[in-house]
Amino acid sequence: MAKTESTFLSMSLTLLVISLVASASLGFIYNVTKEPIEKSKAEKVKAAIKVVLPDFKETIVVKIPSDGDSLTCYIAVNGTDTIGYAIETYTDTGFSGHIDLMVGFLKDGKIYNTAVLKHAETPGLGDKMDVKKSDFALQFKDKDATTFKLKVKKDGGDVQAITAATISSRAFCDAVERADKALKNFIHK
Amino acid sequence: MSKLNILTRGLLKENPALILVLGMCPTLGVSTSAINGLGMGLAATFVLIMSNVVVALVKNLIPDKVRIPAFIVIIASFVTIVELVLQAYIPALYEQLGLFIPLIVVNCIILGRAEAFASKNGVLDSALDGVGMGLGFTLALTVLGTIREILGSGAVFGINIYEGDGILVFVLAPGAFLALAYLIAIVNIINKKMVKK
Repeated sequence: MAKTESTFLSMSLTLLVISLVASASLGFIYNVTKEPIEKSKAEKVKAAIKVVLPDFKETIVVKIPSDGDSLTCYIAVNGTDTIGYAIETYTDTGFSGHIDLMVGFLKDGKIYNTAVLKHAETPGLGDKMDVKKSDFALQFKDKDATTFKLKVKKDGGDVQAITAATISSRAFCDAVERADKALKNFIHK
Repeated sequence: MSKLNILTRGLLKENPALILVLGMCPTLGVSTSAINGLGMGLAATFVLIMSNVVVALVKNLIPDKVRIPAFIVIIASFVTIVELVLQAYIPALYEQLGLFIPLIVVNCIILGRAEAFASKNGVLDSALDGVGMGLGFTLALTVLGTIREILGSGAVFGINIYEGDGILVFVLAPGAFLALAYLIAIVNIINKKMVKK
């Protein structure tokens, strides 16, 4: 078959057809993968809530205000009993920018546990905020922000920073503090 | 050129990352660990094979003057497909590679092979070229990732092999350049020896 000549008509037609085929196939793939993507996202959040809170039966989702923004709060309940609050919080001060955390608080405002949802910190350094890599995150367990200052020791707080990753540690504290403040505002209202 | 030659030259003789020095952005960016390198390499290999095949199929239909935009649309479509499929079925790997998947679109290897090889050769040869070049890229990234992971965090594929923190610079960007430079030097020595024989 001879090569198509580069005329205005043939060029426009070729690009049109290629774009049409490409967008049609992308639309198809998007529809096929939409459900599994949403499911895997929701499952990740669900798994994180289970990690950061003691046993519960169901959750009620509410948006709570925080510094002109809002955080998603999952109130864990057992029938009429409130077990605790799991708050999806974030910080933009990480070494590589945005970090998403899930922080679980008991009814009395104590931190029950934390879980990292998403981060891009340096492997071998900042990624030690992940419980699988180091014990850094464990020091937040059973702490109350009124007595345990959520700042790294360098900044006059009580948190032992990850060695050589003070910026990541600071960011982690910032996210936990954001959740703590938002929750206290929410409960007192 | 024999079929076997097309398939194997991407591994060492014309390794896309180490000899042609194409696609440096993902090479340096994701090779922080062996598994990241492998994942990125395989994702790029898939895109490379598919785009090579499609480009070889439609090469006569596309007028010369618009071939680059046409190739880019084809490549971008496959990258988006990879991104969506990874996100849906292997979310753990998707999170690791994250930002670098969209960057496959501008990976010079893929457009380079489409332009230099697939637009001039048949479908089978182009597919073989995609497999060879893709595996060469995967090999380079995995080896680089392994070296950086061993030196930087004392592990291979996430399994600890010695205690301690390792040499931190190797998980950071400067370490990528250092390790890559040595790797390129070694591959050049091997290639020279093979030519002499």
